[in-house]
Amino acid sequence: MTGNAESTKGPMLEIHDLHVAVGGKPILNGIDLTVAPGEVHAIMGPNGSGKSTLAHVLAGREGYEVSRGEVRYLGRDILALAPEERAREGLFLGFQYPIEIPGVGAMTFLRAAVNAIRKHKGEAELDAMDFLARVREKARLLEIDDALLRRPLNVGFSGGEKKRNEILQMSLLEPRLAVLDETDSGLDVDALRIVARGVNALRGPDRAIVLITHYQSLLDYIEPDRVHVLAGGRIVKSGDRTLALEVEAEGYTALAGTAA
Amino acid sequence: MSTARESVEALDDYKYGFVTEIATDTAPKGLDEATVAFISAKKGEPEWLLEWRLRAYRHWLTMREPTWARVHHPPIDYQDAYYYAAPKATEGPKSLDEVDPELLRTYEKLGIPLREQEVLAGVAVDAVFDSVSVATTFKDKLRDLGVIFCSISEAVQEHPELVRRYLGSVVPYSDNFFATLNSAVFTDGSFVYVPEGLRCPMELSTYFRINAAKTGQFERTLIIADKGSYVSYLEGCTAPMRDENQLHAAVVELIALDDAEIKYSTVQNWYPGDADGKGGIYNFVTKRGACRGRNSKISWTQVETGSAITWKYPSCILEGDGSVGEFYSVAVTNNLQQADTGTKMIHIGKGTRSTIISKGISAGRAQNTYRGLVRVVGQAAGARNYSQCDSLLLGDTCGAHTVPYIEVANRTAHVEHEATTSRISDDQLFYCRQRGLSPEDAVATIVNGFCREVLQKLPMEFAVEAQKLVGISLEGSVG
Repeated sequence: MTGNAESTKGPMLEIHDLHVAVGGKPILNGIDLTVAPGEVHAIMGPNGSGKSTLAHVLAGREGYEVSRGEVRYLGRDILALAPEERAREGLFLGFQYPIEIPGVGAMTFLRAAVNAIRKHKGEAELDAMDFLARVREKARLLEIDDALLRRPLNVGFSGGEKKRNEILQMSLLEPRLAVLDETDSGLDVDALRIVARGVNALRGPDRAIVLITHYQSLLDYIEPDRVHVLAGGRIVKSGDRTLALEVEAEGYTALAGTAA
Repeated sequence: MSTARESVEALDDYKYGFVTEIATDTAPKGLDEATVAFISAKKGEPEWLLEWRLRAYRHWLTMREPTWARVHHPPIDYQDAYYYAAPKATEGPKSLDEVDPELLRTYEKLGIPLREQEVLAGVAVDAVFDSVSVATTFKDKLRDLGVIFCSISEAVQEHPELVRRYLGSVVPYSDNFFATLNSAVFTDGSFVYVPEGLRCPMELSTYFRINAAKTGQFERTLIIADKGSYVSYLEGCTAPMRDENQLHAAVVELIALDDAEIKYSTVQNWYPGDADGKGGIYNFVTKRGACRGRNSKISWTQVETGSAITWKYPSCILEGDGSVGEFYSVAVTNNLQQADTGTKMIHIGKGTRSTIISKGISAGRAQNTYRGLVRVVGQAAGARNYSQCDSLLLGDTCGAHTVPYIEVANRTAHVEHEATTSRISDDQLFYCRQRGLSPEDAVATIVNGFCREVLQKLPMEFAVEAQKLVGISLEGSVG
């Protein structure tokens, strides 16, 4: 595996007492979460529990007011960093609703992103041929063909194509920490299996993955090390893989009621 | 392929803002018949041309500046300008070795190493510096093919019959205020004649550069494609930084005979003025092509990123039956730039077709207007036009305006017009930035996507430069 061994000694991600509001309305009310390198964490929760807010705050999206707490990534407080700085440091967000960019080919965009990150790492930019070879290799696993990559980014893509393309981006950008925001939503079983295969291929001792999901079915394919239930802007329960099954059996309401 | 990311590197300010120090041989300031005669004499012109210039000048005195465009500027004092400035020692260099090294260095700063271009790009360059052509390459090779590619002054001397026959035949000397002024005082420009049946094997290109202080630029370009011929002509421009506004009133005339095709591409990158609107070029240009012959075709592609004010409507007069006119345009305005640009498609012949694709991008406090006329005369049975005008706004202090004029006098004609206005969304910016792109690169990427249909019409070597320019000219527009 590639990666800097020194930086993987401590936690990948540490969130302490994170409070976030949007337009003055509190959404996250004290999140604590620690993710170690090599781990996969699932964050589950009902609609409106703050899952996407957490993902956006981690990635640095504007419009969120952090009133308390801190977020450390590889030991460094990242809340003051711009989104592109976090991305270049290896933080990837898989979007719940990938954004359309008309006129910009998916491949062109991917190459710009890969080279932006390579440049930050002090690596040479990939030339078109090398890049193409890498993309094809990764795309095969995700059953994405060249034709899709020549189309404008996400424009007219099906739900499954969009999500597979997100995972393709992730696999080429090789992040240290990937936050996948409802990557399973809107996918049929076949697409879910393909996406899961792509995610599993990226599991490794130097990489951590945070899966944000509403349903536990994704976790049939990507087995998490830890599962957290988010409700009312707090993590109300944490456990192992079996917690997800508990959620499925009992629903969020019952679990939220047992919150500490 | 987008090179948007590399486009914005290391170019914070207007890159080409330097002035080359070269002594100029300058006409006295101001404009009168003596100035016109001075220019004509300097160029050793025949009597008929002096007469034509003087007719234009006298007509100009009766005209007023047009006021219909959505542009505003203080009154121009036409007497407070120099109308002729030529580099010293204009004997006419036989090779690049004879060109003033200072001049060559200027071109190098502009990224136009002539020697490299000769070898690498296979592009013949007729470099206009101030108002006189100083270096022409590939002329011999072109001459062997029968292509005439030279300065218009040279054409007046060497090919007077062609110049006399076609000069002013598309844009008459009385056409409009700025074209008429140009007819009186034009100093130089390019001349191209492509003989019957020849597909010109190389892109012809000219780089313009405004240099001497207070020198109005009055380029005159004339391109004739004889029957069954094809030529692609590239025009690219940059200018050094100046505080005073500089007037540029060029005229370009294109003539396509039967089955001939002319592709004319422009990348315009003149100094736009500073962020407060101080300085910058006034670009008041008349460009028009006549599809004289049957099944002839004229295609204009322009990427306009520079100038304080752009007033420009590259047009096609579709006289020949079955002739085709195209206009592909990207106009980028930032800060206090103003652009009023578009086209005229005049359908006269039967079965004539035209396509208009216009992409306007506005940022800062800029105003960007598409103004276009599609006219189908009574005899133009079966004429077709498709127009698409898209505007993209960055921020909420700029303006985009679309002013289509459609006049159809034949009931078999089909005319379609589509227009959209959109913004770059926060979602798009965040998505790009989450993938590692800086805000500037994100904007450049999104805008280049918006312009793609037009940019891909450019010849390859221009497409890359144009993509870079689009990104560069929008710098500072997100914050």
